Amino acid sequence: MSRVLEVRDLRVSFPGPDHRRFYPVDGVTFSLERGKTMALVGESGSGKSLTSLALLQLVPSPGRIETGSVIRMGETDVLALRGEALRRIRGRRVGVIFQDPMTSLNPVFTVGDQIIEGILAHFKMPRATARERALHLLQEVGIPDPSGRLKAYPHQLSGGMRQRVMIAIALSAEPEILVADEPTTALDVTVQAQILEVLDRLQESRGMAVLLITHDLGIVAGRADRVAVMYAGQIVEEAPTARLFANPSHPYTQGLFASVPRIKGPLRRLNPIGGSIPAPTAWPSGCRFRPRCPKAFDKSELEPPLLMVEPDHQMRCWLAEEPQRSSHAVNEAIG
Amino acid sequence: MRPVLDALAAAWHHPQGRIGAFILLIVAVTAIVGPWLLPDPLSQPDILIGSTPPGLGHPFGTDQLNRDILSRVVTGARVSLGVALLAVALSMTLGAAVGLVSGYLGGVVDAVLMRLVDGALAIPRLFILLLVLAVWERVPVLALILLIGATGWFATSRIVRAEVLRLREEAYVRAAEALGARRRRIIFRHLLPNVVGPLLVTATLAVGDVILLEAGLSFLGLGIQPPMPSWGGMILESKEVLVSAPWAGIFPGLAIVITVLSANLFGDALRDAVDPRSA
Amino acid sequence: MSGWVLRRALQAAVTFLVALAILFVLMRAAPGDPLLRLGGDRPISPKEIAVLRARYGLDQPVGRQLTAFLQGLVHGDLGVSIEYGRPVTALLAERLPATLLLGGSVLLLNFTVGLWLGVRQAVRRGRREDRWLTTLSLAGYAMPSFWLGLVLAWLVGIHWRLLPAAGMQDPLLSSHAGWGTRAVDVLSHLVLPVLTLSVVSIAATMRHQRSAMLEVLRLPYILTARAKGLPERDITWRHAWRNALFPVITLFGLWLPILVTGSVFVEAVFAWPGLGSLAAGAVGNRDYPLLMGTSLLVAALVVASGFATDVAYALLDPRVRLA
Repeated sequence: MSRVLEVRDLRVSFPGPDHRRFYPVDGVTFSLERGKTMALVGESGSGKSLTSLALLQLVPSPGRIETGSVIRMGETDVLALRGEALRRIRGRRVGVIFQDPMTSLNPVFTVGDQIIEGILAHFKMPRATARERALHLLQEVGIPDPSGRLKAYPHQLSGGMRQRVMIAIALSAEPEILVADEPTTALDVTVQAQILEVLDRLQESRGMAVLLITHDLGIVAGRADRVAVMYAGQIVEEAPTARLFANPSHPYTQGLFASVPRIKGPLRRLNPIGGSIPAPTAWPSGCRFRPRCPKAFDKSELEPPLLMVEPDHQMRCWLAEEPQRSSHAVNEAIG
Repeated sequence: MRPVLDALAAAWHHPQGRIGAFILLIVAVTAIVGPWLLPDPLSQPDILIGSTPPGLGHPFGTDQLNRDILSRVVTGARVSLGVALLAVALSMTLGAAVGLVSGYLGGVVDAVLMRLVDGALAIPRLFILLLVLAVWERVPVLALILLIGATGWFATSRIVRAEVLRLREEAYVRAAEALGARRRRIIFRHLLPNVVGPLLVTATLAVGDVILLEAGLSFLGLGIQPPMPSWGGMILESKEVLVSAPWAGIFPGLAIVITVLSANLFGDALRDAVDPRSA
Repeated sequence: MSGWVLRRALQAAVTFLVALAILFVLMRAAPGDPLLRLGGDRPISPKEIAVLRARYGLDQPVGRQLTAFLQGLVHGDLGVSIEYGRPVTALLAERLPATLLLGGSVLLLNFTVGLWLGVRQAVRRGRREDRWLTTLSLAGYAMPSFWLGLVLAWLVGIHWRLLPAAGMQDPLLSSHAGWGTRAVDVLSHLVLPVLTLSVVSIAATMRHQRSAMLEVLRLPYILTARAKGLPERDITWRHAWRNALFPVITLFGLWLPILVTGSVFVEAVFAWPGLGSLAAGAVGNRDYPLLMGTSLLVAALVVASGFATDVAYALLDPRVRLA
């Protein structure tokens, strides 16, 4: 298996009050294999979107990626790139789909223009050829009457159609990695399934690696090969999807599962996690989940590293060292 | 008072804002104290000598009537600032009153008032003032202040009105209303803290505009009347001696630029403090 | 769309009528009797006043005066100038081209240099260049146009003798001169007034372009454009500026009064034979019909430009255009 993306110790900071910087993304490490899907799961405010923006150095000013962070794509050291070299990997190595297709397309240009310019930014070819390609892309993402839609403005399309256009744009320079940042959150439920189906099909046919960013565990199952759960700027649990779903171990992950409504199985109360995610300006000391954690104990006052739960399954919780406590906790949470 | 103090503090922490405020303070203090320390701006020691270039006795030189330009510029500051502050205070009061009435009453009153404002905004302020001020052979200072003030409230009334309309739709106003509270009371209570910031910004920027306007009117002979020194009037008089005594016009002009620029820098900093998105 | 244009046109018409009413009321309700000032230093006898009142229709009731005024207006008759003794409309028509030339040049400069600088500022927001450009443009905005005009006239026109400092044409130019020579002559007369008016008005353009651009630059589609690997130049000028131009276009209606006000002073200083110097002269001579006519024309221009920019805005924005 070859790695197409490796992220190590990624830290993103913003200037805060009193001239101190704060870290909405604070030491994130993960990697992505060719053709595989990795899901980054977390609530809003967990730092997952900012992580995805950092991959292409798209962190909005005045934020910055701290030195010591590493982002590698194959042989390329992404954080060393500037100017033209950086531009050349944007869209070409990594394509990005954003959350809200309503605002992510430029209202004054036609759909065709916006796809074609993505192609021409990376390939030297006549405009007519690029147009052919754009037509093809629209077909690929399942847009009916593609040649007509090429001339349409974004406001003339429905939300689902616009998100298909966003996918076409993200694919326009044939990237090997696709970042999908909450690709279905802004859409109707029925449309969500269609968009996910398109994404699945394209990943299959193009052999792309996908970084799926979502707060919705429901779309992770059966789609992602690996799952990383983010909380307060850090990955708190990571494992192959099947293993994580079979044995969610971090109290936060357990809380996420407890708050997902299930169709099968006995009827039970939804248990949302009490409290809310802390502000990045003031991450709690020790374990960052401690203030909300029902299982917090004396050791939680120390910041836990990633500890092994079972082979290829780690979490950022001291309970990993105390299996009895942990399994007890799991039973309680599920029971 | 709280939002005003916050905005002022924030503007003071803004580099350009602090410079602006600092210079404005100096100008104001000079305008108040200066005339007591300097020679009489009206005295003409030796009219036969006429204008003399800047030098030891007269740092800014003297004008064609041998009057000390420095003391005329300083006294002019008193006149310009005084006219500007009074006129702006009047404009803000009128604007707030009309905006409040228009936004609160709505309906026909609102429609009529806003059409009036539309129409008034279509005529540049200078032209309105020219028409009215041309009636006098010598424009009285009080009339100048009142008329400048009475022609400066149109845009302000719109700001206040928009805020009243916004407040009327706010959930908490509607909720309080549903609970039986008097809507008028709620609107007035929440309106003040909400409009005081924008009003402060508008007023500060208006001071600069009015100084320029008054100078312009005086330059056209319709503002402050000689022999009372005013910056615009001094520039008008210097036209005759443009070639032989350029300093006679340069210093009052610089005084205008520095004062207006400071007011605008400070007003900008206030605007950033009140509405951070514009920064 | 056409329904909207019609409504907007109606609104413009109402605004103009209100402006007209305001001007009329100001003329008639102003304290004092302007006719008393006609004689200058010579006292005017009551009998003369009565004759003059009858001549200008001032002996009629206000309602009759208004209808007479409106009737005249419809027929393009704005009365007779007291100073020139000629119809006001003829004078306005005569002076309009010079003002359009001056205003058009200033407009061109504002909408090229001013917009460009505003965009640069937004892209470099908060950095030193942005702050300096803001301060410099504000310094320009703080200058009385007549003062800057006089300084430039003295320095460039008289002291250095680089450019003509007054008028629109060289009176000594041979009447046989070719049109090329004439054009160069007019252009050289145009430089200083245009420069003066541009310096005092460019801050408004820059400021609005800057803030409109900042608004757009934080929108998601800019992130999309960057994520697909477009060059920064394309992101700034194609994706951001196209959208940030709309709000600036609507600004034009607000910006015209600044220009008109400035041109009163600048034309007076440089003896530019346009509407501004006509108005300035009318003030000195208390030429009410002329002053009234100029104000009315200016109000019409302001209202018409407001209407035109709104329609242009609608035509440029596909969301509105195709709605």
